[in-house]
Amino acid sequence: MCGLAGFVSLQNNNHGMHLASLKTMVRSMNHRGPDESGVYIDDFAGLGHCRLSIVGVLGGTQPIHDEDKTLWIVFNGEIYNYVELRNNLVRRGHRFYTRTDTEVIVHLFQEKGMKCVEDLNGQFSFAIWNPDKKELFLARDRLGVRPLHYSVYNGVFYFASEVKAFFSLPGFPREMDEKSLDQVFTFWTTLPGRTMFKNIFELMPGHTLCINDRSQKQHKYWDIPLYPREAQSDFPLATLVDNVRELLIDSIRIRLRADVPVGTYLSGGLDSSGITALVVKNFNTNVRTFGITFGDSRFDESNYQRQMADFLSVNHSEVAATNLKIRENFNRVIWHAEKPLLRTAAVPLFLLSQQVRKSNIKVVLTGEGADEFCGGYAIFRETLARRFVAKNPCSRFRLRAIEELYPEIFASPRARLTMHGFFSQGLTDVDNPFFSHLPRWKTTARTKSFFSEDLQRTLQSYDGLDDCAAFLPHDFGKLDAVAKAQYLEIMIFLSNYLLSSQGDRVAMGNSVEIRFPYLDHRLLEYLGRVPTHWKILGLNEKHILKRALSDVLPAQIVNRTKQAYRSPVQESLIDNSDDIFPEAYISEQKLKATGLFDPKKVLLLLEKVRSGNVGSETDGMALSGIVSTQMFYNLFIADFSPELSDCTFSIIEDHRTNR
Amino acid sequence: MKMLDTIKDFIVRNFLFGDAGTLTHDTLLLENEVVDSTGLLEIIEFLETTFSITIEDHELLPQNLDTIKNIAQFVSNKKGNEQCAV
Repeated sequence: MCGLAGFVSLQNNNHGMHLASLKTMVRSMNHRGPDESGVYIDDFAGLGHCRLSIVGVLGGTQPIHDEDKTLWIVFNGEIYNYVELRNNLVRRGHRFYTRTDTEVIVHLFQEKGMKCVEDLNGQFSFAIWNPDKKELFLARDRLGVRPLHYSVYNGVFYFASEVKAFFSLPGFPREMDEKSLDQVFTFWTTLPGRTMFKNIFELMPGHTLCINDRSQKQHKYWDIPLYPREAQSDFPLATLVDNVRELLIDSIRIRLRADVPVGTYLSGGLDSSGITALVVKNFNTNVRTFGITFGDSRFDESNYQRQMADFLSVNHSEVAATNLKIRENFNRVIWHAEKPLLRTAAVPLFLLSQQVRKSNIKVVLTGEGADEFCGGYAIFRETLARRFVAKNPCSRFRLRAIEELYPEIFASPRARLTMHGFFSQGLTDVDNPFFSHLPRWKTTARTKSFFSEDLQRTLQSYDGLDDCAAFLPHDFGKLDAVAKAQYLEIMIFLSNYLLSSQGDRVAMGNSVEIRFPYLDHRLLEYLGRVPTHWKILGLNEKHILKRALSDVLPAQIVNRTKQAYRSPVQESLIDNSDDIFPEAYISEQKLKATGLFDPKKVLLLLEKVRSGNVGSETDGMALSGIVSTQMFYNLFIADFSPELSDCTFSIIEDHRTNR
Repeated sequence: MKMLDTIKDFIVRNFLFGDAGTLTHDTLLLENEVVDSTGLLEIIEFLETTFSITIEDHELLPQNLDTIKNIAQFVSNKKGNEQCAV
């Protein structure tokens, strides 16, 4: 796990391509790789790297090259099947000078060119420079676990793991993209490829980019594997369950490959409990586990965490995510996320990785992905229920049937009023590709009413849904309703929010690498062939996964009601005894300075929250979105102070003709 | 303040954050996205506290709560009935 950065001259322009600039970019991301640093530079390109040493700890300093130094690579991430790939390459005559997974990529690239990515099982972003051909090859893993940004400035192509590397270069333009802000206030994050900044892009998940002075070619090498019913498997459930379990165990096996100890996150839910149990049962009985606790029982799952820790006899550590700690660390998390956030849930995960690092653990396994690929989220069941009602919205029987299917959410008559309102939204849109997500996006977009008149004028009639439609594959219409919802959820929320703002960024902020056993592409491709009714049986979510894990988990964990991971917003950000925090970010003066929100409306929202009226989820999203956008704007646009660490560059490959 | 104005003022402050726009006493609150479905729960709580009434579950009907005018009518009827009961 690491940070990478670099530049390539376009049209023989090497303006600003100095060794010092390269080092500055690397130093600005030192949190991603505090162990070692290195650079390569020639007359046309530069590659920089900071390393968190996990595999091949000794002798793995990057940039790394091939036998005759015709290819140079900087790499962020892990290739879990590097052992097998390496053995294969050695048999074919390749010679290695390190024990790292990084070097494997170089040789695989020699053999297969840009198709090398198809053989890689892992989470990665990397850049390979060919000085002879003057060609740069960039690649990003299938789901975008590892970040990779790029931009063209003054005729030079720049790339880096984090945007702050660009901004650490004097004069690099920093302009907020208003449409991206609009997207965050609709989808909770930006759409694929987009960042919060004008003229700065992200290489999309599952894509490669090849650049020379004549062209830039982008290629999609992988798409989310979800298939129509006719392309799905007809194996009996027992066979599907066995295969899913086997693939998951193998995914965990190769994700435990590291030369340092690997821990797990244990939330007390099915997914992380399942991973931890499989680790203990098959690989390591002494695994360290880590979990978040909340004072408020609506968010807290510590009882289940302790139950699991006792059941497995593991050494479990807890971090209490208090309202004060959430408030105090929110600005720091925005610094790492480089995006405004409509929820505070990333902060407790930042606190958790801090605890992991303090415990001398650099790597943890975590449960993300199971909900998306196995049908765990409420939005999938809601989609089924809303379609059921839509067939005859006037039928009281149908509404009653839904109430029976969702006893917990229709528990009180008052909540029922709300839920009927929810289920009745957009029922005429069953053929709309966004049917599943329209109620959520519409509710979220209500937060845009806080935008200032100036911002609304700039955005005019911009609608993020039009942009979103462009990302759907041509055969999207053939998928069933749940698979469509899964596709949207994975493409937008998993890749651009959960794995980024709530994943890589908050873990790397404390120099911790997170690994995702449920996101092994072999498992995902298999799950794509599993019929939807085995994922959601009736309305029982993640049925196939529950079956696969039932032998290794206590029944209470398998059968417990799913609790979505959330953290308090209003209660954590606004405390009536703390005037300093709102004053620092959302006072009338501060709001006028950014000009992004209507101060009068924000004041009324603040009054509402202060009066003790917790209000709706929309109020919480608005509050979190406004506060974090103000933080974001102050950190990156109005001002920018790079945090340049003292790095020792143990490799400086300087190949310039005129030094 | 008249009941209609009290209710309108609450809705404008609480859901439109001061921006009354084209809101009238006859605007359909849910259909015109003035209030989202969880907002209805906030309105009910507000009515119960402000007008000292108790709203029964069977009274939670769209026709009682869909416009400011209907909400005021509903509250007036309730208050009238409660007074009669006393």
